[in-house]
Amino acid sequence: MTKTRVALLSTLALASAAFAADKMLITGAGATFPYPLYSKWFSDYNKLHPEVQINYQSIGSGGGIKQITEKTVDFGASDAPMTDEEMAKAPGIQHIPTVLGAVVVVYNVPGLEGLKLTPETISGIFLGKVSKWNDPAIARDNPGLKLPTANITVVHRSDGSGTTYVWTDYLSKVSPDWKAGPGTGKSVNWPVGLGGKGNEGVTGTVKQTEGAIGYVELAYANQNKLTPAIIKNRDGAWVKPTLESVSEAASKVEMPDDYRVSITNAAGKDAYPISSFTYILVYKDQPDPAKGQALLKFLWWAVHDGEKTAATLDYAPLPKSVVHKVEGTLKKMTVQGKAVLATSK
Amino acid sequence: MSTRLRKRRAINAAMTCLCALGLAVALVPLVSVLWLVLSRGIAALNLDFFTALPSPVGEPGGGVGNAIAGTLYIVGIACLIGVPLGVGAGVFLAERGNGRVGDVIRFTAEVLSGVPSIIVGIVAYGLVVLPMKRFSAIAGGVALAVLMIPTLARSTEELVRLVPGSLREASLALGVPEWRTSLRVILRTALGGIMTAALLAVARAAGETAPLLFTSLNNQYWNWRADQPTASLTVQIFNYAVSPYENWHDKAWAAALVLLLLVGGLSLAARVLTRQRSGARQ
Amino acid sequence: MQPASETLAARRPGRLTRIAEPARRNFADRAWAALLTILGVTVFVVALFIVYALCKLSAGVLRHTGLAAFVLNSQWDVVRDVYGALPFIYGTLVTSVVALFIALPVSVGLALFLTEMSPPGVRSLISFPISLLAGIPSVVYGLWGLFVLVPVLRTKVEPFLAATLGFLPLFRGTPVGLGYLAAGMILAIMILPTITSISIEVLRTVPMSLREAALALGATRWEAIRMAVLPFARAGILGATILGLGRALGETMAVTMVIGNSPTISASLFAPGYSLPAVIANEFAEASGALQTGALAALGLILFAVTLLLNIAARLLVRISTRGPVRGAA
Repeated sequence: MTKTRVALLSTLALASAAFAADKMLITGAGATFPYPLYSKWFSDYNKLHPEVQINYQSIGSGGGIKQITEKTVDFGASDAPMTDEEMAKAPGIQHIPTVLGAVVVVYNVPGLEGLKLTPETISGIFLGKVSKWNDPAIARDNPGLKLPTANITVVHRSDGSGTTYVWTDYLSKVSPDWKAGPGTGKSVNWPVGLGGKGNEGVTGTVKQTEGAIGYVELAYANQNKLTPAIIKNRDGAWVKPTLESVSEAASKVEMPDDYRVSITNAAGKDAYPISSFTYILVYKDQPDPAKGQALLKFLWWAVHDGEKTAATLDYAPLPKSVVHKVEGTLKKMTVQGKAVLATSK
Repeated sequence: MSTRLRKRRAINAAMTCLCALGLAVALVPLVSVLWLVLSRGIAALNLDFFTALPSPVGEPGGGVGNAIAGTLYIVGIACLIGVPLGVGAGVFLAERGNGRVGDVIRFTAEVLSGVPSIIVGIVAYGLVVLPMKRFSAIAGGVALAVLMIPTLARSTEELVRLVPGSLREASLALGVPEWRTSLRVILRTALGGIMTAALLAVARAAGETAPLLFTSLNNQYWNWRADQPTASLTVQIFNYAVSPYENWHDKAWAAALVLLLLVGGLSLAARVLTRQRSGARQ
Repeated sequence: MQPASETLAARRPGRLTRIAEPARRNFADRAWAALLTILGVTVFVVALFIVYALCKLSAGVLRHTGLAAFVLNSQWDVVRDVYGALPFIYGTLVTSVVALFIALPVSVGLALFLTEMSPPGVRSLISFPISLLAGIPSVVYGLWGLFVLVPVLRTKVEPFLAATLGFLPLFRGTPVGLGYLAAGMILAIMILPTITSISIEVLRTVPMSLREAALALGATRWEAIRMAVLPFARAGILGATILGLGRALGETMAVTMVIGNSPTISASLFAPGYSLPAVIANEFAEASGALQTGALAALGLILFAVTLLLNIAARLLVRISTRGPVRGAA
C-alpha cells in the first residue's frame, strides 16, 4: 500500500510542478535566414533579462507563418512577407522588419575562387539548362578563370522557405523562363537539384558535395568559409554581397505601412540584387499580458540595441527611417486592448 | 561418381562460406556505427555536455543537458499514458478478449502497430497541439504513447495468457473476487514480463524522432512544464547533423552516444529482468 | 488485512462460495471489467481516430483531383497547388526494393548460418549484436549515413558502379552520394535484424526429422537445407521479408537525411529522390492551405494503408508457417 501511495504522491507532485510557472518562456518559430543573428539576440537578451527565455526554432518561413496563424507559437518569423491570402487567415497579424540580409550563391569547387555570375547564367543553372561547370555561359561570365568539367549539382530548399521566396522572386524578375516555370514562392517545383532542410541543410550539403551550388543567407556562407559568388546587378555592375551593398539595396525603398515589400533586383550601382528584409510576425493585439509585454519590449530592444550586433554577423541594420516607422507601429500595438509602449523606453 | 560428390561438397562449402559472409556483412555496419559513435562522441564529451544548455550559433561550448532531461520527461509522460492503456488493453484481451469485441480490438492493435511514426506525429499535432495552441511535452508524450500501446498490449496479452489457469482458479476458489484475482494474482505473476516489455517499449520510444518534430518541437532552455515545447535528444541530434557547423556535427556524435547509452541501458535492464525472472522460476 | 475466507466465514457461516456475496462482488468486479473494457476500447478509438483524421484531412484534395489521378500525378507544385503522389511512391518503392535486394540474402544467409551451420553457442552469442542493430535509433543511422556512408558512396562506390555497370540506366548520372542508393543501403541495415530474427524463429520450428531424413539419404548440409528446410520455412521467411518491407516503408529520419529530398522520378540509383514519410516530415510543419495539408495527409493515408496491408499479410504468413505445418509432420 505504501508503495502505491508514494507513487501517487510523487506523480501528483511532479504534475503540479509541471504546470507551475516560474520563468517566462516565449516560443517563436520560423525563418532560418536570420537564425544566426536571432540566436545571438535571444541569448544576449536573456543575459540582460534572465526571467525572459525566448525559445526560437528555425523551421523555415513557411513553418513560421503557419504556426503563428494557428497560434501555436507566440511569434513567427519569415523573410517572405505574408500574402493577402495568408493574412486573411491570420487577422490582426503585424509584420515587424528586424534586419536586412542577403541571399548569396555558394559553391563547392576546389580551387575555384572569385566566381562571377550573371542573372541569365544563374537562372540557367537552376533551370537545369547549364549543367556543367565549364559551360560556355559560366566561361563567358568568368573570362580567364579555369573551370572544371564536373557536373553541377544544384542544392535548393526542401522546406517552405522565405529564403527561397526571395531567391525565386529575384529569378522571376530577371528570367521570363523562370517566371513561367517554377515561379515565385516559398516552395517551388524545382526542375533539378537536391533539397536541404533549412539554410543549415543547404549549406551543409554544398559543403559536403563537390560540384555543388546553392543559395543561402550570407551569414551561413561566412560562418562556413564559403565564398559567395559575385553577381551582376540591375545596373550592370559586379557586386559582392556585403553590409554596404545590402544597405544600398534597401536605401531607396518606399516602405509601405504594412512593411510588405520586395527589394530584390534593386536599382543602384552598388546595390546587391538579392537582398531582403526579414520579419517577425506578431499579432497587433497580444492575448497574453505578461508574454505580450515582454515580447513588445524585446522587439523594441531588437530594432535599437539589436541592430548594433547585426553587423558582427554580416546582417545589415534597418535604415533609420524604417526604425522610426517601426517605433510608431510598436507603440500602437496593444496587450489585451491596452497600449503598452506608449511611454517610450 | 566421386567428381559429382566432390562438386556437391564444394557447393556445400561455398554456401556455408556465403552464409558466414552474411554474418560479416551484418556485423560491419554495426561495428562501424558503434565505433564511430563511440570514438567521435567521446571526443566531444565533457561534463558540460551533460549539464549545459546549447550555445548560440557560432559560439563554442554548450551542451545537451536540456535535451537529455527533455527526452526523459517526454518519455515519462508517454509512459504515464501508454503503459496503463497498453497493459490494460492487453489484460482485457487476455481475460475478456475471446469474443468478437476482443477480435476487433486485437485487430486494431495490429493496425496501430503498423502506423508509421510520422503519421502518429501529425495526428498528435491535430489532436493536442492545435487545441492547446502550443507545442508541448504532453503532445510529444501522447504521440510516443500511441507508439508504445500496440506492442505493450500484445506482449501483455501473451504474458497474461501464460499465467497458469490453476493460479486463477485457486485464487477464485479461496473467495478472492475476480478483480482482485486479476490485479494481485495474475498481474503480479506476469509483472516481471510486463516490466520487461515496458522497458523495451520505453527504449524504442526514447529513440523516436519523427513524432516529436511537430509535437514537442524543441527548446533551447530547461523545461519542466508539460505544456511547453521541450528539447529532446533525438530532435537535437537531427538538428545538429543537418547543420553546416563542424562543432555541431561533433555534438551530434556525442549526443548520439548519450542516446545509445540511454537506449542500450534500458534494453540491458530489460534483459537482466528477463534473466532474473527465468532464474527465479527455476 | 483479514484473509477473504475469514471475512466470508464471519459474514455468512457455511457459505464460502463467491456466489454468497453477489452485490459486493458484482460492483467491484463489474467496475474492473468496465475499466478493462474502456482501456481496450480506447485502443480501438485511437486507431479509429487516426484513420478518421487522415481521411478527413485528405478528403478535400482527393475529391478535387480524384484518387487515381492523385496517385499517378508526378507533379508536386506548391505554388500552383498541383499535387501528385507518384514521385514519393516511386521513391519509397525504389528504396525499399534496394533495401530488400541487399537485406534479404544477407538476412536469410545469416539466419541459416546461425541455425543450421554454426556451433550451438554461436546463435545466442550473435543474437545480442543483432538485437543491438535493431535498437539503434533511426536518427543515429541517419547521422552515420550522412557522414560515413554518403562520402564513401560518393567517392568510392558510386564511381566504381558507374565505371563497371554504367551501361545500365540504374548507375548513370553524377555520383553525389545522397540519393536512392544511400537510402536503400541504410534501410537494408535497418530491416536486417527484423528479417533475421523472424527467420531464425521460423527456421527453428522446422522439425528435426525433416533435416535428419534428408541427411540420412546422403544429402550434404546445404542440400538438406535447400530441399527440406527452406521449402518448409518458405512462407515464414516470406512473412519476415514482408514485415521488414513494412518497416522500411515507414522509416522517416534516416531516409530524409540521405535521400536528397527531390520530388523527382529518375531511373538512376545515384539520383536524389523523396519518400512518403520524408516529404511529410519536411513539409508538414509549414503546409499552408487546405490543399497542401490535404495532399500530405493523403500521402500519409496511402502510406498507412500499404503498411497496414503488408503487416497483416506478413503476420498471417508467419503464423501459418510457425503453427500450421506442425499439425501434419512428426
